[in-house]
Amino acid sequence: MLGRILSLFMIASITVAFAAGADLGAGTKAEELNVPAIVMFFIFVAATLGITYWASKRTKSANDFYTAGGGITGTQNGTAIAGDYMSAASFLGITGMVYLKGYDGLIFSIGFLVGWPIILFMISEQLRNLGKYTFADVTAYRLKQKPVRILAALGSISVVILYLIAQMVGAGKLIEILFGLDYEFAVVLVGILMILYVAFGGMLATTWVQIIKAVLLLAGTTFMSIMVMAKFGFSFDALFTQATEIHSKGVEIMSPGGLVSDPISAISLGIALMFGTAGLPHILMRFFTVADAKEARKSVFVATGLIGYFYVLTFIMGFGAIVLVLGDPAGTYLAADGVTLKGMNNMAAVWLAHAVGGDYFLGFISAVAFATILAVVSGLTLAGASAISHDLYANAFAKDKVDEKKEMNVSKMATIAIGIAAIFFGIAFEKQNIAFVVALAFTIAASANFPVLFMSIFWKKLTTRGAVLGGYVGLISALVLVILGPVVWTQILGNAEAIVPYKFPAVFSVPMAFIAIWFFSITDSSEDAKRCQEEFDAQDIRCQTGIGSDGAVAH
Amino acid sequence: MTQEQVQLIKNNPKYQKLVSTRSKFAWTLTIIMLVVYYAFILFIAFSPETLGTKISPDAMATWGIPIGIAIIVFAFAMTGVYVRRANGEFDGLLNDLKIDIEKEMN
Repeated sequence: MLGRILSLFMIASITVAFAAGADLGAGTKAEELNVPAIVMFFIFVAATLGITYWASKRTKSANDFYTAGGGITGTQNGTAIAGDYMSAASFLGITGMVYLKGYDGLIFSIGFLVGWPIILFMISEQLRNLGKYTFADVTAYRLKQKPVRILAALGSISVVILYLIAQMVGAGKLIEILFGLDYEFAVVLVGILMILYVAFGGMLATTWVQIIKAVLLLAGTTFMSIMVMAKFGFSFDALFTQATEIHSKGVEIMSPGGLVSDPISAISLGIALMFGTAGLPHILMRFFTVADAKEARKSVFVATGLIGYFYVLTFIMGFGAIVLVLGDPAGTYLAADGVTLKGMNNMAAVWLAHAVGGDYFLGFISAVAFATILAVVSGLTLAGASAISHDLYANAFAKDKVDEKKEMNVSKMATIAIGIAAIFFGIAFEKQNIAFVVALAFTIAASANFPVLFMSIFWKKLTTRGAVLGGYVGLISALVLVILGPVVWTQILGNAEAIVPYKFPAVFSVPMAFIAIWFFSITDSSEDAKRCQEEFDAQDIRCQTGIGSDGAVAH
Repeated sequence: MTQEQVQLIKNNPKYQKLVSTRSKFAWTLTIIMLVVYYAFILFIAFSPETLGTKISPDAMATWGIPIGIAIIVFAFAMTGVYVRRANGEFDGLLNDLKIDIEKEMN
């Protein structure tokens, strides 16, 4: 059944692509059809569909669907986490940001990275020892299931949707350029593909697509960086000197500047990036795919190394793009206005691939970038669907009437709903820099998910009321401050002056969440509060030692 | 876990040692990481020109670049330090503890 659907889909999508190609041939579109890119692209799509097919045969229980049966090794999981993290937003967005703003791009990279040691020291083992499928398993461990699960699900879904937007924009742009298809059509295509991957392949498919794609992406970006450096005799100074001569901002690109111009925004961004990582549902979910705390630790070590290496490469690639793409004498990569890149600035990395490696390498990198997007949106969608099926449906609303089969059906329906939402928002956010949209997702993750998760692991006095009210304070304040801020209020909604002058409100919303959690817990004298506090010791022992958590593995 | 088992484990000196050494270690590393990162962020916030200073008069590279890359390398090194100690010392303590508990419960 699945095989038939997948092969039907393959035929349909190839037909669509070539129909579009014929359209291109008629000269109605500006972009040329890039045959090597399309060939590589279909090899990837076919390979990932193959993995999905293989995984679907092995995905029978809910445990398989959510956590790949818990049998992923630390190194595999670390590579997959790196794959989740080296998303289109990282690869296209950060390279694009370095290309556009120079040094400021590195600030983002560093912020994205330094959350990892904190996750290792404070969260990863605890999560593995306490949880099963979603991070809400941890927060609901000794608190009241229903309200805590609903809160965690809302936090997860908000983050997932925002993060998905960034990926969809990247995917849409990429296909637009490769095939000359309309942006909207491209976004719809990605949405449909991603629904197929998740609904059929579950966590096992997602993990393996991530691992393969992480390796390919690292190989491709390593090659690109070496080619860039070779053009400058492996001298950073030669690269920087030429970049400052070409870039309109001149030497300003060598120091922190426009992106985080005021102190509040800089600190706020720092908080969002660092603690946001520890609140990303699709990342947290990955800690349930390994067998024990030791493997969870190893995952973070491997992931941090790969991600750090990758970020250093994006910095080289961004500067390389300034010289080789922006500075290309023939202006090959510029749009008609002679200033912006074809397909917007998020495409700097893709055009750099062409500049250093020609059509075939462009094809390779485009295909890898596309595989990246598919893999990451699958992980995100899985996290969103799990929040809906495991937290909302199975543990909050339909508690006594649930069997595994029903729960999995709900997660498949949720997958479709999230896919449609992602398509809709992907179109609405077309013009945003995708690294920025990701920063918003991080703000919400840091404000709503992280404080509740952290306090439920470490603070004995936490009560249900404190966690729930505090979590909502974080979630709502982050959302409201972002909506009233310059990006949504001014750029998207078209109002004149932003009510809140800061792009990144984490410096306000994160402390607000912590204070609310603390305040509503210590003033809580209910019976439930007493019970939550009494049950802390048992939770803490399991959290510290893993005793009692082996059940999550033995399937 | 019953209340008795909880008390049994909590009163075991090996458990107490494991928890106190590990959390001390984890918090120390966390604080070091926070200090390093927020020092960097505060420079961006209040004194971006410091990071924009050239490494040498005839170089184009600014101090911000090696510092930035050093933070990335440092973060990775910190995870290595933690994993090393946790896989050795802490897991050793944990295994001893598990053997103790097994005995006491039978």
